[in-house]
Amino acid sequence: MTAFSYLSLLHLVLPEVIVVIAALCVLSVDLMFLRTAEARLRGSVGALLSVAGCAAAIGWILHTPQTANVLNGMLVLNPLAQRVQIALLILTMLTVLIFIGSTFTEHISEYLSLILLATVSMMFLVSTQNLLVIFLSLELLSLSLYILAAFNKRSTRSAEAALKYFIFGGISAAFLLFGFSLLYGLSNSINLTSIASTLHGPALDPLLLVAIVMVMVGLGFKVAAAPFHFWAPDVYQGAPTISAGFIASSSKVASFFLLYQVMVIGLAGAEGSSAWHGYASGWVPVVAIVAALSMVLGNLVAIMQTSVRRLLAYSAIAHGGYTLLGVLSHTDQSFSALLYYAITYALTVLGAFVVVALVEEETGGDTLSHFAGLSRRAPVAAFCMMIFMLSLAGIPPLAGFFGKFYLFSAALASTPGTIGLLWLVILAIAMSAVSLYYYLKVLKYIYVTDPPAGTAPIRISVLRQAVLCLIALSVVLLGCAPNLLLHWL
Amino acid sequence: MTLLPPISCLTIVPLVGAIAVLALGAKSPKLARGLALGFAFLALAITLVLWHRFNPASGGLQFEEIHAWIPTLGVEYHVGIDGLGLLMLALSAIIVPMAMAASWPIQERVPLYFSLILMLEAGLFGTFTALNFFHWFLFWELSLIPAFFLIRLWGGSQRAVAATQFFVYTMAGSVALLLAFLAIFLCTGTFDFMHLADLGRNGQLLPSLAVLADWHRFTAEKLALVLCFGMFVGFAVKVPLLPFHTWLPATYAEAPTGTTMLLTGTMSKMGLYGFLRILLPIFCVQLRSVRTPLLWLAVATIVLSAYAAFAQKDLKRIFAYSSINHLGYCMLGIFAILKFTGDDPALATEKAAALSGVLLQMFNHGLTAATLFWFVALLEKRSGGLRGLNDFGGLRTVAPVFCGLMGIALFSSLGLPGLNGFVGEFLIFKGAFPLAIAPTSVSVVGLLLTAIFLLTILQRVFSGPLQERWSRMPDLTVGERLALLSPLALMFVLGLYPQLVLGVINNTVLQMVQQLR
Amino acid sequence: MLAWTIYISFLGVLVLLLLPKNSVRAARIVALLTAIAGFAVIAAGFLQQRSGELVTVARVPWIPSLGIEYHLASDGISLTLLLLTGIVAVSGILFSWNMEHRAREFFAFYLALIGSVYGVFLSFDLLLLFVFYELAIIPKYFLIAIWGSTRREYAAMKLVLYSFAGSAMVLIVLVAAYVVAGSRTLDLVQLAQFPFPVHFQMWAFPLVFVGFGILAGLWPFHTWAPTGHVAAPTGASMLLAGVVMKLGAYGCLRVAMMLFPRGLDAWGFHVLGFGSWRDVFALLALIGIVYGAMVALVQRDFKFVVGYSSVSHMGFVLLGLMTLQQIGLDGAVLQMFSHGILSGLLFAVVGRMVYDRAHTRDLAELEKTHLSKAIPFAAGTFVVAAMASIGLPGFSGFVAEVQVILGAWHAFPLFAVGAGVGIVIGIAYTWRAMQKAFFGAPSRGTVAVASPLPPITLPERLGAFILIGVSILIGLYPQLLLRVIVPALHSPLFDGLWKGSGR
Repeated sequence: MTAFSYLSLLHLVLPEVIVVIAALCVLSVDLMFLRTAEARLRGSVGALLSVAGCAAAIGWILHTPQTANVLNGMLVLNPLAQRVQIALLILTMLTVLIFIGSTFTEHISEYLSLILLATVSMMFLVSTQNLLVIFLSLELLSLSLYILAAFNKRSTRSAEAALKYFIFGGISAAFLLFGFSLLYGLSNSINLTSIASTLHGPALDPLLLVAIVMVMVGLGFKVAAAPFHFWAPDVYQGAPTISAGFIASSSKVASFFLLYQVMVIGLAGAEGSSAWHGYASGWVPVVAIVAALSMVLGNLVAIMQTSVRRLLAYSAIAHGGYTLLGVLSHTDQSFSALLYYAITYALTVLGAFVVVALVEEETGGDTLSHFAGLSRRAPVAAFCMMIFMLSLAGIPPLAGFFGKFYLFSAALASTPGTIGLLWLVILAIAMSAVSLYYYLKVLKYIYVTDPPAGTAPIRISVLRQAVLCLIALSVVLLGCAPNLLLHWL
Repeated sequence: MTLLPPISCLTIVPLVGAIAVLALGAKSPKLARGLALGFAFLALAITLVLWHRFNPASGGLQFEEIHAWIPTLGVEYHVGIDGLGLLMLALSAIIVPMAMAASWPIQERVPLYFSLILMLEAGLFGTFTALNFFHWFLFWELSLIPAFFLIRLWGGSQRAVAATQFFVYTMAGSVALLLAFLAIFLCTGTFDFMHLADLGRNGQLLPSLAVLADWHRFTAEKLALVLCFGMFVGFAVKVPLLPFHTWLPATYAEAPTGTTMLLTGTMSKMGLYGFLRILLPIFCVQLRSVRTPLLWLAVATIVLSAYAAFAQKDLKRIFAYSSINHLGYCMLGIFAILKFTGDDPALATEKAAALSGVLLQMFNHGLTAATLFWFVALLEKRSGGLRGLNDFGGLRTVAPVFCGLMGIALFSSLGLPGLNGFVGEFLIFKGAFPLAIAPTSVSVVGLLLTAIFLLTILQRVFSGPLQERWSRMPDLTVGERLALLSPLALMFVLGLYPQLVLGVINNTVLQMVQQLR
Repeated sequence: MLAWTIYISFLGVLVLLLLPKNSVRAARIVALLTAIAGFAVIAAGFLQQRSGELVTVARVPWIPSLGIEYHLASDGISLTLLLLTGIVAVSGILFSWNMEHRAREFFAFYLALIGSVYGVFLSFDLLLLFVFYELAIIPKYFLIAIWGSTRREYAAMKLVLYSFAGSAMVLIVLVAAYVVAGSRTLDLVQLAQFPFPVHFQMWAFPLVFVGFGILAGLWPFHTWAPTGHVAAPTGASMLLAGVVMKLGAYGCLRVAMMLFPRGLDAWGFHVLGFGSWRDVFALLALIGIVYGAMVALVQRDFKFVVGYSSVSHMGFVLLGLMTLQQIGLDGAVLQMFSHGILSGLLFAVVGRMVYDRAHTRDLAELEKTHLSKAIPFAAGTFVVAAMASIGLPGFSGFVAEVQVILGAWHAFPLFAVGAGVGIVIGIAYTWRAMQKAFFGAPSRGTVAVASPLPPITLPERLGAFILIGVSILIGLYPQLLLRVIVPALHSPLFDGLWKGSGR
């Protein structure tokens, strides 16, 4: 073992350290000074500290970008990974800002610190190529998210959701670990690149196929891809809105990044192909089947939902399907398309959850009828919701459309000479067309239906409105000038 | 005046008038009527100027205007008149003020009524001067719509049915016309009547039709016949010719009488004009090949319509069938001159005579029939809408002037020498006899039948016992007498001095006969 | 310069959204001024352009890494359709002058729709065209769902989903074409010159033609049109039937036929008598003409008659496109313009003049009222509109339909006859509707209209005069538009189209 300087290691992971320190600060400040303060003040202070921490981390990353590959792939820093970290931190900041003023819990600092810890785990998740570190970060993330989902102690739904999440998560973690161990057994290494080089052979070991499937189960759970999606609707519906938003946004970005890394780097050479007339066994067909299932199931079941949260859950499954297209195309172009799509999707869905939170706090429910006449009661929020819904549906010139376009063209371009993945693209576009129905249904209630008689306009805090507008603006901007993000990726 | 294109001006004047009457006449019906009459007289004035400046020595087109319009479709704005056109313009310009005068008692929606008449007049002027199918068809259809509404909105009790029938028949004919012309355009690439007439004359029509005839194993000759038939239908409905006439009696009867004057005086002439200007020059050869059946069709029109007039009890219906009968003579004349005569000068003279007769009859019948209907209108005004043959009797005693003047018109329609009706019929029979002996002979029966029913009218309406309810019938007012003076005077003038018209149309007739060798 | 039509419209949307909540008058005036400004820009552009050649209006790189540009350009066809949009927009707003309920939002959605339509007609980058095309879908939904009448929510959703399904098909071909052409560019000019492999064109062409055709009312995907147009408020129906259906036809011409002309070639074998996609679509167009007319003939609801007549008239456009003859395509583009104006006029009369006053659209009910006496202006306008709609010479429809029939005669003689039959049925249903609605059976149990109907207002008269005037102008002097359409169809962009058909 070469002598290794822990100081230099700390130097490399300084952003994560900053965030951890921020988490601890939040906890301690709240414990020491704010025990008797009112919830809003505690929330504001805690949020401020969290935001400061995240901002500092971002600043550090931008100031001293690192490239490193340490300890045999345990820590891999490259510009792309660092940019994804920045995106995650921004998403966390937005989540934290929205949290101010929430009333579902008194354990404010605990909540915020859990969010920050989850963020740390995600930052680690995107900067590693080592199976064990992957698993560790994944577990840290999962545990944080389980607790976040259960945080509303007054709601049985919250507890139920968290329990389901935990059980499912546990099982899929077991699958993942089993798959990883098989990989280790086959390649005698826990570094993704080494695994790839070892496995590169003419024929596909049947055991490898088993490993692929296992890994897919585990990771598929994380991204809520069918048929591993059963936790998603209940968690989205039961967890406190902010938690659900956080789960839906940030964790998706990190999970997809991870999925890509594992499959494309770790299992390079075992891709196979799912082109129309060119089937070859490997992980690509597996992912293709999962993607197709997700798209179809997510969209079709979403049509029948009356609860907006569940609708968003099923739509998340569908969008997961589209994003998986980026994975199975495994080119650089498709990777940047995937990241673009994941990031913009995360922003959009976070914004959507904010609006859901607003409606829930005001009317006590999240079914479609609770949204009736929102355009007259909260015009700004309704307009932002329109942007989010349309972006999710894929209406130009919003980010969702461009993401889909980029993904599909990358998918088709990935098989030079033929357009082998056309069938999957056609399926995606067709399902996307179907999805407009339920997004439009939500907008119908918001804009067309009249509000119940005698309802007053909803008052929204300035901060929340500002955050909403900021997210909506970014969705529009990234759609009209996608170059801003693409350039960066 | 020399700077303005006269024909275009003439056509625009009634259109402008129509808009003016609609816009300004809403204030008072009197203003509407006066304004409309003013525009009609203006149009008459312009027509008289045209008549004056027309050069009778030339048989070709005068006052021609040609402008490019839609190059992709081979459409130009091409207008011009020869003797035939001038005669028709004059007829229209004269009949319209008469129709307006007869419609003076109308009380409902007066501005709309008079502006529709003016639009009809514009349609007439346009049809008689246009030389390119595109705007000829435009004006042809343009005259249909006001006529429909005039019947529909101001007509008698059965007006809905009559108007619809009128519309459907005429529209069907127009569609046939349109399709035939489109096919011709496809083959020859031109919509211009003069060009097409040249093609027909020089025998170049058939070869160009051959282009289209490949389809469905049609020969060029068959295709030419089909197209000829299509156009024939379009015009035959308008005249009308048996068996396309069934719309006429109901329409004439239900229409307000002023409109009937227009229908019989001018619109029926549109059909005849179409035959002479379009069908004969282009499809002379094709028509020639079916000449005999056509002749007998004309004979049937003459005889059967006269017979039908016999059986009518409604004055308007009698005159309606009488119209069909009189125009049947024109058709007889037209079909007669189709005969191939080569360079025989004697037959050419006969042809010229027949054709002159046809043109004269067109003018004279228009005048006479319109006047007759005017009298019916005057009678209706006095009788509160009644116009049955047996409703009256002995009117001579209470309204002698009326009966006297109407008698003049009746005799003119009968064909008494000295009045205008005689000359046209005489010339037709004179010219047609050598060209088509048997049909002409049989047609004489029509003359006889016409005499019978017209004299019957004289007897039943003017003579006989006077009914109590008419004992107080007022005679013609001074205004009415003055108004009627012009057409009646014209009847005498044309009867005694037909050279007035013949002089103008003579060279045109000769040229047309020459072209129809 | 022409790009300002888009910007002005969206600027108008912004201004409208910033107006205070219940300002109806201000909303109307802002909307009208915006529409007039947009039209003025187009008119200026139209007068400037002597011939119909392609003129680039704006061209900046948008997403350089993908080769996508913000490329706006116009040729004769675009100009014609822009002109149409401008005219219908102005008159649509005039006919919506009485809109009181949530007026601000109504005009905002209206202007948004207009702006997107301008964008489609000006785009010369395929992705940009698609962006504007999809952007137009959302205002349509809200215009119908919020301010519509009969079954509006269902109709709105049906319309939107059909449109979206169509644009999904287009998207598939768009992405595929992009990739096959090397993922370098989506510029229409370059794509038109790119030699796509024939087998690719053979499936791409029908897919994209049907995709756009759905919006153009291609039978049998037309069912959204009558339902949607009937449910929509008057101003929206005018725009939908008048302009938005032309978006589909424009897409068929500009994208499907321009980029994939080999897709129209003969297959080499025959299936059910069809030898090429051209045969198939020509037949579908013809069925649309005749079917639309026949169904219109039996409708009880006045507005449905007009709705189905739209389907029938759009069939002429599609038939003209499929003739692949110069004259046929001229006719198709001219018919796009003519029908846009006329359907706007018809919907205006039925929706605004009649329904807003008589509160019924049932022809049997209307027959008992004496509408021609109560609102003579409406009767007169409808008569003129009816005459124009049946193709009477002197109005724009005649020249267009004659050209289509002439073109069809060269290509499919039997279909030309069918089209003629369609015209005849067209005369029948128009006449029937006109008779029943305005000139009901005389006497015999007339139900006089309960109270005197409100008179026709000035904005309605203005709107009617504008539309009638334009139809007569183009009917008498179609050269005004043909002088830009014909050269545009001769441009090198359409070379592939003429090469194959041999004419």
